[in-house]
Amino acid sequence: MNILETESERLLDAVRGLLARKGLVSPAEIAERIAITDAASPGQGARMVAKAWTDPAFKALMLEDGGKAAEALDIPMRGTPPLGVLENTPEVHNLVVCTLCSCYPRAVLGYPPFWYKSAAYRSRAVRDPRGLLAEWKTVLSPDVRVRVVDSTADYRWMVLPMRPAGTGGWSEERLAGIVREGDMVGVTVPNR
Amino acid sequence: MFAPGAAVRVKGDWPEARGPVHIRTPHYLRGRRGTVVRLLGAFPNPEDLAFARPAEARALYHVAFGLGDLWDDAGGSDELMVELYEHWLEAA
Repeated sequence: MNILETESERLLDAVRGLLARKGLVSPAEIAERIAITDAASPGQGARMVAKAWTDPAFKALMLEDGGKAAEALDIPMRGTPPLGVLENTPEVHNLVVCTLCSCYPRAVLGYPPFWYKSAAYRSRAVRDPRGLLAEWKTVLSPDVRVRVVDSTADYRWMVLPMRPAGTGGWSEERLAGIVREGDMVGVTVPNR
Repeated sequence: MFAPGAAVRVKGDWPEARGPVHIRTPHYLRGRRGTVVRLLGAFPNPEDLAFARPAEARALYHVAFGLGDLWDDAGGSDELMVELYEHWLEAA
């Protein structure tokens, strides 16, 4: 049998059958993992950001241990890499990239967008971050320090953006609605 | 072990030239000087893990580099933070 020419559905069935027969992974565990992967989306990260904007204790937990903060909002983190959270401030703007491949905090942001995996994004984020940000229409004051975080190893990183002005009194749900995936990668900032 | 604030240099080593490898240290940082931000933890060495070899836990640091120290035309206070394993770092 040539594995490259095998029909993918049959190959998948065969591998699943072997995993179950050898007691390595049960069908229920596979189903659970598929459900978790499908449920992961930028909406999960946005919920964390909105909660951090309104709850100082949660924000402190999120900056200390992103994984624990996600679990506190019932986001499944079992088996995922540690999650680090980078706080944007009036002094520092964070931008996340993986120059080696496409490391991405999938548990809280879902699948990485196509541009995150492109050679252009990966090289320019470290070589010319301000030029790249300008193309995203994100213009930072020259006194804001840009901190590029190259996600190279066992951590995954998300950005905690600054809460936009004019959102006082908004509910968590309404705040979560203005947080996009790019805001949590650092290519953009949330707008009300 | 390196303490936060320690000046370090990324080894100017190119294992790629010696055979098949899996390396998590980007090319553009080899031989560059940076500053340890903090210890992130210890993780099985991915260079062994990728080849299904026994992988001992290695210390992983967050290390900061001035963008101006990496690129001739970059200046200001912009910086880069990268996860690097202890065996790729030497005191600078």
